[in-house]
Formats: sequence, structure tokens, C-alpha cells
Amino acid sequence: MEKTTENKKKSLSVFWDEFSSSNFLVILLAIFTGILLGGVLVAITTNEVYDAFRVSIWSGLGTALRTAWNTYVALFTGSVGDPEKIRLAFASGDQLAIRRAINPFFESLVQSTPYIFGGLAVALGFRAGLFNIGVEGQIFIGAATGVWAGYAIEGLPTIIHIPLAMLFGALGGALWGFIPGLLKAKTGAHEVITTIMMNYIAFRLVDWLLKFPMKDPNEFTPKTPWILETAKLPRLFDTPIRFHIGFFIAILMAVAVYYLLFKTTWGFELRMVGSNPNAARYAGVKITKTTILAMVLSGALAGMAGANEVLGVNYRLLPAFSSGYGFDSIALALLGKTHPLGVILSSLLFGFLRNGARSMQLAVGVPIDIVSILQAVILAFIAAPAIIRTIYRLREPKHKEDLVSLRSWKG
Amino acid sequence: MAPVLELRGITKRFPGVLANDHIDLTVEKGEIHALLGENGAGKTTLMNILYGLYHPDEGEIFVNGQKLDVHSPIDAIKSGVGMVHQHFMLVPVFTVTENVMLGEEYVKAGGILDRTKAANKIREISNTYKLDINPDAYISDIPVGMQQRVEIIKLLFREANILIMDEPTAVLTPQEVEELFKIMHTMIEKGKSIIFITHKLGEVMEIADRITVIRGGKVVGSTSPAESNLNDLASMMVGRDVNLEVEKSESVPGEVIFEVENLKVLDPMGALAVNDMSFKVHAGEVLGIAGVQGNGQTELVRAITGLLQAVDGEVRLCGQNITHLSPRKITEIGSAHIPEDRQKDGLVLGFPIADNLVLNTYYLEPNSKFIWIDQKSINENGKKLVENFDIRTPSPFVPVSNLSGGNQQKVIVAREFSRPIKFLVASQPTRGLDVGSIEYIHKRLIEKRDEGCAILLVSTELDEIMQLSDRIAVVYRGKVLDILEAKNATKELVGLLMAGIIPSEEEKQKLLAKKKQILMT
Repeated sequence: MEKTTENKKKSLSVFWDEFSSSNFLVILLAIFTGILLGGVLVAITTNEVYDAFRVSIWSGLGTALRTAWNTYVALFTGSVGDPEKIRLAFASGDQLAIRRAINPFFESLVQSTPYIFGGLAVALGFRAGLFNIGVEGQIFIGAATGVWAGYAIEGLPTIIHIPLAMLFGALGGALWGFIPGLLKAKTGAHEVITTIMMNYIAFRLVDWLLKFPMKDPNEFTPKTPWILETAKLPRLFDTPIRFHIGFFIAILMAVAVYYLLFKTTWGFELRMVGSNPNAARYAGVKITKTTILAMVLSGALAGMAGANEVLGVNYRLLPAFSSGYGFDSIALALLGKTHPLGVILSSLLFGFLRNGARSMQLAVGVPIDIVSILQAVILAFIAAPAIIRTIYRLREPKHKEDLVSLRSWKG
Repeated sequence: MAPVLELRGITKRFPGVLANDHIDLTVEKGEIHALLGENGAGKTTLMNILYGLYHPDEGEIFVNGQKLDVHSPIDAIKSGVGMVHQHFMLVPVFTVTENVMLGEEYVKAGGILDRTKAANKIREISNTYKLDINPDAYISDIPVGMQQRVEIIKLLFREANILIMDEPTAVLTPQEVEELFKIMHTMIEKGKSIIFITHKLGEVMEIADRITVIRGGKVVGSTSPAESNLNDLASMMVGRDVNLEVEKSESVPGEVIFEVENLKVLDPMGALAVNDMSFKVHAGEVLGIAGVQGNGQTELVRAITGLLQAVDGEVRLCGQNITHLSPRKITEIGSAHIPEDRQKDGLVLGFPIADNLVLNTYYLEPNSKFIWIDQKSINENGKKLVENFDIRTPSPFVPVSNLSGGNQQKVIVAREFSRPIKFLVASQPTRGLDVGSIEYIHKRLIEKRDEGCAILLVSTELDEIMQLSDRIAVVYRGKVLDILEAKNATKELVGLLMAGIIPSEEEKQKLLAKKKQILMT
């Protein structure tokens, strides 16, 4: 075999070794099972189903199936689009109708974008052995600094203003990551505790900023001014499609994180510290420096998620603008096996589910909570692969002599 | 009378491996039966079958003549078979009593734990078998040797008659081994039977009543200490002639490469672990640091490799003061380090072998250029070293955690020896390894010495120190008690010093004369 192909195989195999050997099937089955269970859940929470059961068992079961089916159809059309509508729209040639028909798909991508940034932030931390729970807070700070750069800095051309505003967002998040990183490296304070505390500080700090220094004086409620045209992330289509270049920036960051982790000496150090800090010290790596830098970068990525939302979607900062992107990111980073490609895939899943949830609510009247439960069930199944393996009677990944878990606390 | 335990034709296949191939084993009541074999020979698989963790593909198990069908450790314990694992399974924040009770709780009315009753039973067992265990002590407070006894008590508490001990001496100090052997003798006197799994030949000769040797999943022989000797056992185990003696020529010491002067280092508790140590290591010689574990060796090694800050004194390498330099700087001057705990300090288990082979050189050319890792060059290097150092693996790109202990150690040796070094600290370089790997690593160490490298060998295995060292420094409670020329050292003399006893000149001469006498005859 040629050396070049072998090398290519190696770089891809980092992902596939972890992803496919046994887990890929488990993940697919977990999603499938979650959807199945969600269907049952939808059925038993719908009144019509009960009414139908009063008539007869068969009509009850039929109604239950139909309800579940309709719900998932709504989920699909809401997140990807209605194929029939798309066909008709293209047939009619009406530009607005076409845009409306394909909007759900692009809206899902819009929803996925902050997840990608946030998921990368968590994944990068994980690779360095850090549990960054503070992504949500870093998103808030990044949004605040990003929006400020968006409305306060005037007279710049777009080509400079956009990167500058994104950079401000990244810097805000980086600062919010730097503090727990420094505390961890210098005092050993556990980052889980400090980042949670930093979250509260961030939420309240942004509330205060919105009420006083950054408040738009022309508004009654706490809102920042609109950002300038030059700071808006360009949209690729006309209304109603909100799809903007932020998605591509996110993909670009995923590629950058991939290269950083697996292709640079610094990524080698970071992964070493994450996998075995003792060996890293032995090998001459400065643990404190690596820890702080990893938290700073993780925070910067999270900050970009915030900046992306204000510069690409809302154009101003409102209170409670991020509804838990940061916390979902933790789950999806794990779902994506803390690999950039995995993060993109799981972010898309989350984005599509989240977007589809709305139309489920609108079209069939399923409460949005059911979608949250659906996500939770899928994640629970992935987090506990043993359940899936038992349900589907899958084999254990590898039979090895010392696989029987006899780990002692002395290690 | 039927034997207490009989295994007939046990066969176990794993995908691609025949782990046990028609193994027969008979254990009589009141005997210590040693199961001897290299790592990966199939000892542990066999015992896991007996203990109900695996189900055999073929074969039968009889206990006291009764056919037994074990599906879980619970079945095994019910039929009187218990196992002391190499890594203990104890809850550190529980007391001895609580740990022993776990899974077999004594309860009073109303479901309240009856600790007193259990503690009394433990005391009784402890007295019968001379285990000297305090039932109320917390596991985290007692030393490893005691913890092992708690594991033994757990089995006796459940009235096990056949005790499987999986490499029980691997984690013990020499004194603790002595005590364990006494306990084992007491147990067989009281009618228990013991299966003693090990790859240490000396221990087998010392304690076993009968020996079964396993190689490649098959029984290759059965013997007893009286009918056998170390070299025969080693050859049987490895499958070829093994040279237990290390062949080496007289050393040709050169200039002083490494020097420690009045070094003082604190342990994590803040006590002086290294108390005013001084010694020198010359090019082309091996200085052995002998001593019972826990006499400051760990802290000494960590201090001279930059992993721990010394509080006083000076360390010099190639004339340069390295006392307060970082591990990387020290490595760059030309120092190499085989760490005491290879999995904790020496390897990143989840990384591929090739990456582990550049763990401390990844940032240098040709492994990287500017900020970019050159994976191609790292992989080439991996392939080369895997071949040169005979690391047994299907590929240099599998995680190092897939390798056996011996091969993991070879990865470290390959990494450290493949760069230009002037000084090597080898800390417990063969701990837990099989005979073949030990032989290999000893050979490599001597080769490195003959190339002119200065070697500091730290080992608690007295035999290893005696075989490899040109000079021997004996440490006791953080101090160097004496530095002996290897030719003037006897095992007895070093042993005395290790126990902290400084013999008078007269006694020294006497011991030396004895050695000469032995050499003459």
C-alpha cells in the first residue's frame, strides 16, 4: 500500500476507531429507540387516544399510531421541509414560495450553529481533561462583548467589522474561561464548581449590562441597541430564510479544532494532559499552561456561539437569549465522542430536533416538552450503551482476557 | 478420597486466541499448588473460569468429587472457591468489618447492620490464622499488605476452602511477602487449599508443594520444588533455555556524569523522605540503589528527574546544576527515566504505541515541524522501534493499553534508549514482568552501560540489584547507609543494611570470607 493513503487512513481512523468499532450502531439504535419511546409518550399524552380507546381497542391503537406518526411527520416537515410543498413551490417558480418551502431545512442549520460552537468548546475541554460546565455563561459574555463591538464601534467596513465583532465575542468567552482555568491551575479549584459559579455571575452580569450601560435608551425593556449593518453576518437568502455565514464559520472552527487537536504539537500536549497528566508531566509538558490555554480556547469557542447568535440571528442582545445552548452542548459533545466531526453531526441532530419541535407544537399540538424528553431519552440511551446492548442483544465490543472489570481503587 | 479440586480438559477460546487448551489440574486438600506461567500464558483465564467469571467452552470442574457448574462468583463461593485478586476490591472509606460484610451482611431485627457480630467473627478468624487485623480500622488507613489480608478474611468469612491467589506478592514489600507466606502456611495447616498464581520462580520454590507450569494455554509440566530447580522451571515456563544470570563484563567507569550532594526531599506528607543523600555515578557503571520500598527511593527519583522540588542540596548532571530545572530541561541535557509506575507516569495508555514512543520528543525534529506534528515520521519511528526492540504487537498503531506489561515496559525502554542519553534512571525496571522480559531488559541495561551511559538502578528486588550493579548504595530511612563495591557485597550484608543494621568491620569481613568460600567451592 502507498504511504500517503496509509497516512490518510490513519488521520481518519482516529475518528472511526472511536466511533464505528461498536458505538456507531449503538448510537443509531439509541436514536431509533428514543424516537420509538417518544412516539409512545406522544400517544399516551394525547386526549384523543383515550377517547378512541373508549370506542374500541383497535380504534384506540389506530389513533395512537396515527398520532405518533403525525407527530413525526410534523417533526420532519418542520425540520427538513415538506417534500410536497417543495415540489409544488419549484413547479410554480415563485421565489418566495420556494424560499418558504425550503426554509425549515435552513432554519435547522441556523439552530445547529450555536450548538457546533458550544459542542466544540466542551469537546476541547474534555480532550484536556476539563469539564467545562461554564459554556452557557461564556455564551452570554461572548454575546455581550460581541454585540457591543457590533453597535458601538462605528465606521468600519464589513470585512473588518464582522471578524472584529466575532473576535470580541471570542475574547469575552475566553476571559470567562480563563478565570476557572487559572483557578484550577494555580489552586486546584475544581473547574466544575468554578464554571458553574461563573455561569451565575455571567447571567446576572449580562442582566445588569442590559438594564444599565448597554441598554438602548429608546426602549422600555432591557435590550441593547441594534448592531450596525456592517457587523451583521451576511445571510445567504432573502427572507424568511435566516441562514447566515455563521454556519460556515462554525464548520471552519471545527476543522481548526480538529487540526489543533490532532495535527499540532500543542494538541498532542493537550490530549496527553487530558489522558494522563502524570505522564504529561513526566514528558515535560507544563500542565498549568496547558490547562489555562485549554480553558481559554474552550471559552473562546463558547463566546463565538454567543456572538454568532447576536450578529447572525437577533442583531441585538435580549435577556435570556440563549435557552440552554451551553448545557445541551455538554450532552452533544459527549454524543459526538468529543471529536469535531462527531460534534458537527450531533449538533445537526440537536438543531433539527429543536427546530422540528416547534412545528410539532404548532401542527399537532404536541407540547415542546415532549421533544425535550425525546432528546433526554436518546441521550440516556447513548450514555448507557448497556441498555441498548441488552435490548437488542448486541455483543460486547471486544472479548479480552482482562476485560472483566476488576479495577481497584488503588488503580 | 477425592481431590479437593479437579479441573478436566478445560478449554476456552477467545476470538483468535486459544486461551486454555484442555487443561487438567488437580489440587489436594492442604496443599499450596503453584500455577506458574508467563503473562498471557492463560493462568488468569483458567482461574476466572474456576471463579465463574467465564464459562469454559469445554471441560468439567469437580469440587470434592462433585461436578460443579459455575456461572458466577456467587456459585464459586458457595462451593467454597474464593479468589484474592491482584488488584484489591475494597471500599477505602469503609472499615475492615464493613468491607468484609459487603455482600453478606449480618443484620439485627429491623434490618440494622450487626457490626459487632461480624467484627467478632473477623477477630476470631484473625486470631486463628494469625492475621493481626483490626476490624475497626479504615481501609484507607492500613498498608497494602494489610489490605490483602482483608481480602483473605473476606474469603475465610464466607468459609472458602480453596483460595485462589492471583499474583499476591506483586504489590508487597519483601517483609510483607514473608508474612504472607507465614499466613499461607497457617491456612494450609488448618486444612485450606491454596492455588498460588505467579511468575516469580523464587517464590514458587520457597512455598509451593506442587507446581503446574502453563505455557501458551497448555499444561507443559507438573513438578515439585524438590524435583526441580530454578533454571528448569524457567526453561519450562518460557519454552527455551533461559539465562537467569546476567552476563556482564567488568565495568570500565569513566568520568563522573551524575552527582547528588546533600539532597533533601520532602514526601507529600511533608516528612523528610530523602535526608541528606550524596552519591556519584560514573560513565559506564551501574549504581544500584538497594532498599526496602518506602525508604525514600521514590522521592529521590522524582527529585532528580525534576518531578519533585528538592528542599536542599544539589543535583548535577554532566557538570550542570539541574536541581531546580524542569523535567524537559533535564531530559534535554541527556537524562532518561524509566519510571517506577509505568502506567501512571510512563505511558498514555489510550495513545497508540507510535505516539507513546515519542512522548518526550514529539516537539523535536523530525517528529514535528514548526507547530505541526509529523505523524508520518512518528509512525515510521514507531515501526522501526517496534521491530528493533521486539515489542510484540500486531501494529505500532494500536493503543499501548492493548499490550502486556512486559511489552509496555519495552515501549518505555525503546523510547528512552533510542535517543542520545548520558544518564539513565531505571526505577523498578522489571517490576511485575515475566522472566523473558526481565532477561531482555537486563541485557539492554548492561548494553547501555557498556556504551558508556551512567545508570542509576533503583530496585527493591535484591537479586536484581546484585546481578546488575557495579556498586551498591543501600538506603534506609532516606539516608545512604553505605556504598559497596559489588565484588565486596553479599546478599546477607546488603540485607542487613537494608534493615538498617550497620555491621562492624569484623562482621563485614566474616560475611565476605563466606562469600569467597562459596566462590571457591
